Amino acid sequence: MLQMKSSTLRPLAQTIVLLFWFTRPLWAIEPDGSTAQGTNIFAPASTPAKSIADLSVFVLIITGIIFVVVFALLVYAIVKFRARTRDVGREPAQVYGSTQIELAWTIIPILIVVVLFLATARVIHAIQDAPEPAGAVDVTVIGHQYWWEFRYPRLGIVTANELHIPVSDPDHPTPTFLQLLSVDTDHSFWVPELAGKTDLIPNHPNRMWMDPQRTGVFVGQCAQYCGIQHAKMLLRVSVDGPEDFAAWVHSQQKSAVEDSAVIAGRRVFERNACMNCHAVGGTPADGRFGPDLTHLMSRATIAAGAAQNTHDNLLLWIQNPSAIKPGSLMPAMKLSDADLDAVVSYMETLH
Amino acid sequence: MSSNVITVPVGQTEARPWVDQLHQWLTTVDHKRLGILYIVSALLFLAVGGVEALIIRIQLMHSHNNFVSPAVFNQMFTMHGTTMIFFVAMPVLFGFANYLVPLMIGARDMAFPRLNAFSFWLSFLGALLLYFSFFGGSGLYGAGSAPDVGWWSYAPLGARAFSPGHSSDYWTLALLVSGFGSIGTAINIIATILCLRCPGMKISRMPLLVWMNLVMAGMVLIAITPLSAAQIMLLIDRYLGGHFFDTQAGGSAVLWMHFFWIFGHPEVYVLIIPCFAFMSEIIPVFSRKPIFGYPVMVAATVCIAFVSMSVWAHHMFTIGMNSYANSFFTLTTMAVGIPTGIKIFNWIGTMWGGRIQFQTPMLFSIAFLFQFLIAGLTGIMMAASPFDWQLSLSYFVVAHFHYVIVGGILFALFAAFYYWYPKMTGRMMSERLGKWHFWLFLIGFHLTFDVMHFPGILGMPRRIYTYEPGRGWDTLNLIISIGAFIQAIAILVFLANLIISYFKGARAGNDPWDAWTLEWSTSSPPPAYNFATVPTVASRRPLWDLKHPEDPDSRYE
Repeated sequence: MLQMKSSTLRPLAQTIVLLFWFTRPLWAIEPDGSTAQGTNIFAPASTPAKSIADLSVFVLIITGIIFVVVFALLVYAIVKFRARTRDVGREPAQVYGSTQIELAWTIIPILIVVVLFLATARVIHAIQDAPEPAGAVDVTVIGHQYWWEFRYPRLGIVTANELHIPVSDPDHPTPTFLQLLSVDTDHSFWVPELAGKTDLIPNHPNRMWMDPQRTGVFVGQCAQYCGIQHAKMLLRVSVDGPEDFAAWVHSQQKSAVEDSAVIAGRRVFERNACMNCHAVGGTPADGRFGPDLTHLMSRATIAAGAAQNTHDNLLLWIQNPSAIKPGSLMPAMKLSDADLDAVVSYMETLH
Repeated sequence: MSSNVITVPVGQTEARPWVDQLHQWLTTVDHKRLGILYIVSALLFLAVGGVEALIIRIQLMHSHNNFVSPAVFNQMFTMHGTTMIFFVAMPVLFGFANYLVPLMIGARDMAFPRLNAFSFWLSFLGALLLYFSFFGGSGLYGAGSAPDVGWWSYAPLGARAFSPGHSSDYWTLALLVSGFGSIGTAINIIATILCLRCPGMKISRMPLLVWMNLVMAGMVLIAITPLSAAQIMLLIDRYLGGHFFDTQAGGSAVLWMHFFWIFGHPEVYVLIIPCFAFMSEIIPVFSRKPIFGYPVMVAATVCIAFVSMSVWAHHMFTIGMNSYANSFFTLTTMAVGIPTGIKIFNWIGTMWGGRIQFQTPMLFSIAFLFQFLIAGLTGIMMAASPFDWQLSLSYFVVAHFHYVIVGGILFALFAAFYYWYPKMTGRMMSERLGKWHFWLFLIGFHLTFDVMHFPGILGMPRRIYTYEPGRGWDTLNLIISIGAFIQAIAILVFLANLIISYFKGARAGNDPWDAWTLEWSTSSPPPAYNFATVPTVASRRPLWDLKHPEDPDSRYE
């Protein structure tokens, strides 16, 4: 029965999702007229998100039917049995109950619950107990106040805030399996169009997976309140084609570019507290408290997505992080203008 | 039951000096006065929590707004949640229970009047402790700070490493102290109901309000205990070097979650069951019929109480429980919908074939039924744990539980205010202001909380002080905020109605609604001793029997 349900409901699910999507102009108008970036749970691009969306539509249909029936009964009762002037002073027939009716409205809900539970349990099992295939990519995600560290243990890559994963061809799946850890408070990894969210909890490693079937940048953010800057702990997942992903892996595996033109900036970086928290591959800087900067310029954003990665934003971020992200654990460095320019020039060579 | 219970009391509050009157209120052990104190203090904190909500809504009106700093925003949602649950919803419901239970069972007071006063003042002290954090939160630094760790204060955010200073301590102590007050009141309600019923009032003849408050009090005993234990453990962590929840020393964040939610979920039912109780008294009176299926309503209430004790981890579907645990809590959560659905059907069954009168209490009751239905159905959606992996921690959840707490609990409370205000004060509330209050609040409520489901579906997490433009959240948030202000205006109309009606309302008389339970047999307001002669009852509707001696209920029960 459940097998049949899935095949007959898919077109229905798609219709509802399309309806939702076509009415977007009604609810998603932006003040500046720009188009919304997708974080819609009904626009799934990966198997876990898709099977959740299908189940959701099934649940929505069942609850929708219940709503229509009970609402109709309620409205009918209010209209039909409203007091009229001719009734003044007369009491209606005093009815105390009915065993048959009570049995009916106990048994029918039980049956509905059984159906909903079985449909749900199937999806829970399919998503949570999926085995990891041989071609899968492993990533360790480590939550920090208020940024994401991504480590690829089998590829020897460390990066931050912008996750790169390969697109997965359904015929030769290359899903990505995330191991979720936290070094401080609870966080939650949520990219709605790729998968449901899973928390990152200290001393409690979790796992989730995704197999995106189209390329592009998917956005999301931390969903579990983690402290003052919970709001600006944004997430970007870049789903790359096989060649692009291989090229990205190759570039990330290299040490930092050494450019003698910016040696002054590197001195500033290593002389000040920068290197206590940040790592730059191939140099003495190996701090772990902040994001790895070896390939900083390969990222589109800084401060966990709070600002675009531009020259001006880098200057501002180093000099006064509170201007971008008040409460961030990055200290204001109070560098002289010359040192600031030098260190930003150095940063800008870290491709 | 004889008619001599309807006694006009001797006037006992002639003009006395105000100091004298104040002293009487502060030292009272009368269940009615304590009930009113609970209710008034809850209204006070309703206003405070409401202002906090408005600050939140102004900040979220559009993306990248700078109305308040992130620190203040985080304090606002923490204080709003804590205040509304612990210092508005619980006290106001305890207040009604305190006021109504002895009157409805024909008793002259609660079983332990002095414990009753002690419990109220503990709860009130808890509220004051929480708000003192605004001045004393950071200790001796000169400026205070309110707790900013969220109303469930997940570990390790509440540990000293992440919450330095004393703001979290005030939160912990406030909940601990008011928790003791809640336990005292729960014991008192149980003892009163079990021991002080008037002659003839068998357990099977108690009004449903009394039944449901008995169940609620039992749940308070079970639910508040783990919360208090967890607060003590947190204090041990913070001050005595314990490591229960200190993850950096090997403690468990998940343990705190279990402690909190095994309190937190039954708590929802602690709040909603007394509201079921209001509905079960008000809907019959305004439909002019007895409650449909009294024994089934009792059974469903007890059933909800049992099942709701085994659903707590549905708040934790995203923390990485295994698939068996997720399936189990999906099943139990969906199962709790069955007795809840039975209740809705029984209320509709009560209205069916009646002669429904649409005074303000009934308007709020009908809106309750409609909104509680939707709240229950969105609850079923989130019970399906994979759906919850998307919806949990998003604005959809915020919309869902406000649908329960505002659309359900608050609407039921407004119905109760309009229904029992005449008994408490001797004056009717204005129907005209009442209609304004109802329609304004209804419009504001639906504007805010219907729309709030959509940002959640579009990926907006809760507890963020600002958001990026271009996500499709701006317009929706603006509408939500406008609705919040309409609700605020409606609340002002309500408060105005409470005050104006106290001085200018029409005289209520003993029994303005032509109702059937014992509280309407005594004067309004009732004398200190409630009943001159302890009444004797022969059925569930003693005043029906009195008014219809030709066809009393006692013939059918």
